[in-house]
Amino acid sequence: MATEGRLRVKTLVMVCAMVVCANAGDLMLKRAMLQIGAVQLSEPGLAHAFRMTVSSGTLWVGIFFLCGFMLSYMTVLSWADYSYVMPAGAFGYALLTFFAVVFLHEAVSPRRWVGVALICVGVLLVGQTKPRTTPVAREALA
Amino acid sequence: MMHVALFLSFLILGSTGGEIAITRGMKATGEPEKLRLKEMLQFLGKALCSGWFWVGVPLMALSFYSLLVLLSWEPISFVIPASALSYVVGTFGAKYILGEEVSTARWAGVVLVCAGVALVALG
Repeated sequence: MATEGRLRVKTLVMVCAMVVCANAGDLMLKRAMLQIGAVQLSEPGLAHAFRMTVSSGTLWVGIFFLCGFMLSYMTVLSWADYSYVMPAGAFGYALLTFFAVVFLHEAVSPRRWVGVALICVGVLLVGQTKPRTTPVAREALA
Repeated sequence: MMHVALFLSFLILGSTGGEIAITRGMKATGEPEKLRLKEMLQFLGKALCSGWFWVGVPLMALSFYSLLVLLSWEPISFVIPASALSYVVGTFGAKYILGEEVSTARWAGVVLVCAGVALVALG
């Protein structure tokens, strides 16, 4: 029972780290792509887009956050189910909406509130299930 | 429109395929004993030696570039709801490729999350 509780707590901590890093990273990527502009599907267009993306500071900040996301994601997947972690990570969409209302005083449409409610219920439903249903490698890394 | 559908399928199949490969690699790696710097670096080193990890990386890179291209063409309010389908595709992959037990409650949660993400992004 204590092991089950510990598993849930450490999974929750890692999912929170994932959510924060993923949202910060996505926002930075969107900002960078707005600065770069629409990508043209031609050889010079793709080459230009590649040069612009690798030289964009905003994009690298986004990539830094996405590396943090990747590390926490890899860590949590070493013990928890993919079908548990993936929907739980969607809680970030709900969290962003709450932050937009509380800190930015943005108006949120009823449709978006319904979406937030569905995500919260969905995450709660997934959260009630066992975080791990498959065996994992037992050798500990000393 | 065909280009958008093509890149959307790259985004969904690349991300779910990559994540499933990485999950398999991480399960084979085993969890770190402690969440401290030394143990985490050892964990990362071991994970990087997993073949499944290197199957996942190019698939996720394909998904990442597809996301960038889609974001440059379409508003985020279209891209994110459309990509929410990956929750359903990923759950099928978890069940049939990774052999996870996906209970009715988990399926219901995944479907609600998928619908919720689509509604939030549509605003």
